[in-house]
Amino acid sequence: MRLDWELARRGYRRYAAYPGATYAGLFTNVVFGFLIAYILLAVYEQADVIGGYDVRDAIAYVWIAQGLMSVVGIFGAGWYELARRVQTGDVATDLQRPLDIQRAELAQDVGRAGYQAVWRAVPQFVLGALLFELTLPQDAGRWLLFAVSVALAVLVGFGVRFLVNLCSFWLLDYRGPVILAIGANLVLSGAVMPLAFFPGALATLTRLTPFAAMLQAPIDIYVGTPLGGSTAAVLALQASWAIALYAAGRLVLTAGTRKLVIQGG
Amino acid sequence: MRALAAIYARLVGARIRSQLEYRLSVALQLVGVGLLTATDFVAIAVIFANVPALGDWSLGEVALLYALATISFALTDLVIGHLDLFPQMIREGTFDQILVRPLPSLLQVVASDFAVRRVGKALQGIAVLVFALATVEVDWTLGRVLAIPVAIAAGALIYGAVWVALATIAFWIVDAIELVNAFTYGGSFLSQYPIGIFARWLRGIVVFVVPLAFVAYFPALYVLDKEDTLGLPEALRFASPVVAVLASIAAAAVWRNAVRHYRSAGG
Repeated sequence: MRLDWELARRGYRRYAAYPGATYAGLFTNVVFGFLIAYILLAVYEQADVIGGYDVRDAIAYVWIAQGLMSVVGIFGAGWYELARRVQTGDVATDLQRPLDIQRAELAQDVGRAGYQAVWRAVPQFVLGALLFELTLPQDAGRWLLFAVSVALAVLVGFGVRFLVNLCSFWLLDYRGPVILAIGANLVLSGAVMPLAFFPGALATLTRLTPFAAMLQAPIDIYVGTPLGGSTAAVLALQASWAIALYAAGRLVLTAGTRKLVIQGG
Repeated sequence: MRALAAIYARLVGARIRSQLEYRLSVALQLVGVGLLTATDFVAIAVIFANVPALGDWSLGEVALLYALATISFALTDLVIGHLDLFPQMIREGTFDQILVRPLPSLLQVVASDFAVRRVGKALQGIAVLVFALATVEVDWTLGRVLAIPVAIAAGALIYGAVWVALATIAFWIVDAIELVNAFTYGGSFLSQYPIGIFARWLRGIVVFVVPLAFVAYFPALYVLDKEDTLGLPEALRFASPVVAVLASIAAAAVWRNAVRHYRSAGG
């Protein structure tokens, strides 16, 4: 536990070392926030409610989603770091260390997510709330459930990323699968458009996937339209995905380690 | 000029050949990039699944904007997309090597890579262009037919000018490349939508400061013979090539000036 804490702190500090990159990333998210907010405002000139989201919910979605994307790791510079370490053979050093790779990676990722939450997601949301009219839950309970949901989303995000990265144990070139996974992350998590806007059964089906558990689920809880009307069910679904992905990651890691050939060693 | 073009073709040709050694890998990445960029069109499709129009633009009309913006951006990305890695050149000091060689610095940076996978982005844009042209009703004239390739070429130059001018920020701030993303990727995203739906201050910026409105919006108004809700002079519909040339000249000046003030990271 002590080790996890220390690793998480280092995960945080690693990103804290480059404040310029944080401001630049925040600036980009804010620009996209403005663009998507104006697009959705134009959409809501012709509809009052879409998939349970009214205009204030939709604007809240924009400013939460733009910040959460970096927290849960929809895409980003470090996304395929582990795959690259497998490709270069550096993973051999990781495997020699007396610690569990998966757990250590998770601990560092939690630190990273914490940094992004404090320095990107929160400022982003505050700015959006100051400039636009958006939904602000009145009861503290909803905020608490939202926070729990975000924490679970971070675990699910890690689970997906870890699994995709492991493909490099089998493939020499990991870029194809990584690009496809990021595409799935963007569309199916609701980062491009709220899943609530998807037509018919798609709005429900897409929300059952682990991708939705990374982004759409916390936002649904925030605006008060969780899938099936039950916040508890959505949280349980997120937790199930987090556990299932972690277990799958463990299995694949074991299999991959067994077959790993270090290039040129 | 012709000698430089030959050198560029040779350098880039070598890059392409080396990538085509790994055909399956390139093919997978090409499909991946196509699907990844198609996510932006998913957003448009989802919007139109809920409402019949955006501003006063129909699905087919927005698809035309999207196609023009995407194909132009794909061309720019293909040629200079690796400017994303330019801050790394500054940080690692490899830009010094470029300065001692007897070729223009920008040409060398641009020729330093050529990612074949980015063709996927253009293919996806072309697919949407076909859909758009099949959906909208256009009163075709020779001018309107020519307007499409001209708009794409001008759009690519405008994106390129913005990208090059902003990449020079790396001479001063090395860890802020994402700042450039806001304008390049953000700009490409914005040009996919009718400018009229954005707030006044944003419209002012994309018409008069960072001329993104000339990538797709004004040419599309001409092709579709649509009224400009911005109420700007009709001549602007034909101004894209002029704007593209002016922007390129300005970007080249910014680059030259930045290189003159460059101080190496190392000794």
